[in-house]
Amino acid sequence: MKTRILGFVALAAVLAAAGFGLFVVPADLNQGDAQRIMYPHVASAWLAYLSFGVTALAGIGWLWRRDLRFDAVAVSSAEIGVMFTAFAIWGGMMWARPVWGTFWQWEDPRLTTTALLLALYVGYLLLRRLSDDPARRATRAAIVGLVAAVDIPIVHFSVIWWRGLHQGPTFLDPNKILHPAAPLPFVLALVGMVLAFTLTWSWLMIRRYQLARLQAGHEEAARYGRVVRARAKARGHETTMTSPIDSGDATEAAR
Amino acid sequence: MSDVRREITIAWAIARKDLLAELRGRHTAVSTLTFAALVLLLFGFALGPDAHRLADAAPGLLWLALVFAGLLAVARFHQIETEDGALEQLALYPVDRRAIYAGKALVGAIAMVILGILVIPAVALMYAVNIGPAWAVLVLTVVLGAIGFAAAGTFYAGVTVRMRAREVMLPLLVLPIIAPLLLAAVKATTAALTGDPFGELPAWLQLLAAFDVVMVIAGAGTYGYLLEDG
Repeated sequence: MKTRILGFVALAAVLAAAGFGLFVVPADLNQGDAQRIMYPHVASAWLAYLSFGVTALAGIGWLWRRDLRFDAVAVSSAEIGVMFTAFAIWGGMMWARPVWGTFWQWEDPRLTTTALLLALYVGYLLLRRLSDDPARRATRAAIVGLVAAVDIPIVHFSVIWWRGLHQGPTFLDPNKILHPAAPLPFVLALVGMVLAFTLTWSWLMIRRYQLARLQAGHEEAARYGRVVRARAKARGHETTMTSPIDSGDATEAAR
Repeated sequence: MSDVRREITIAWAIARKDLLAELRGRHTAVSTLTFAALVLLLFGFALGPDAHRLADAAPGLLWLALVFAGLLAVARFHQIETEDGALEQLALYPVDRRAIYAGKALVGAIAMVILGILVIPAVALMYAVNIGPAWAVLVLTVVLGAIGFAAAGTFYAGVTVRMRAREVMLPLLVLPIIAPLLLAAVKATTAALTGDPFGELPAWLQLLAAFDVVMVIAGAGTYGYLLEDG
């Protein structure tokens, strides 16, 4: 129930922030209406990095405590992070087309770093999909998530160097709107959107975590059911029992 | 101090075992080299026949060929351990897991260096690139790149070795991770071939070295978990 309230609050916050960013804040002098894309774009990028940070920390938690609940946090966070990363890239491209005149700007370190970020964590999710044993999957995923998180700063740093070692930033810096001199409505629109998106992220995390726990229970029950059937077969009986997945208390029994 | 020496001995013993097996069978060397040569030939078809364009793109093509062929090598050096339960035996040895990782990474790095030293002249011949006095820097770049690639590749080969569809998963995981290495190695190679007019060569070599250090530490620190239940 509390989660549902959080969901409605997050929805209301996103709608309010969108309305504020679209209709109340004036258009940017140089970039026009395209600049409004920055509000959800920056918010998504922030959540992408937050998600992958949480995934790495949850991975450490699994390796340390061997509790599958940490793994459930890791997979939830990684999936939601991939979604926000894709959204950030899409928003960035929509913004870049009118402002820079091109969808893809190889010289922008943020864009290229984020694209690699997406590749890293899509690989992480694929790795999980192709592993069956829960403990093995958790261990593999934990260390892959950890190494990916370590790699991201190097990627960002190297791309900044790559576009020219002796060249300062030449493009409009989206973070400049957080500059103290930025007009108050712009700052409010951005901060509001970041808060609204973060609320949405929290709601998604809770729901996805609950789903991950249910999936783990289901997996365990299915495994337990196979054991029961195999045992019954070994005793020479025909298996007529109902599937323990449906019987509800099998999840408890499996534990 | 003697602990470190002991671990180096173990790492070398593992690397030596793989090198000996390779010297006697030459399965990895033949397939990897052929693959690298084939990739270079196909790049020529894809970007040629303009000789200038090929020469300009040569550093990038060289490193892509090395990376693709290197993937085959690191995968192969882990796959030989899955036969007859050798990996489980390896995990049972009462030695530091970091030494096992170091040995596997070492043999990967040696294979990559040999591959690089053989492929560079091939690139010079096929794409009409004049190496001249740049060879010493090129070898240094290859050595640094080989260490970083083997460190990351060995780690991911360990992750995927017991998985379904490992042939697909290994490149999917390794390629985004080594993007900084590819970038720095290509830039360093370009700088070496053009006589480093902007004086940026040391910076790229430092970036390569930093990548090597981070990947070796990350791989050595986590490889033990993989042997236990990965």
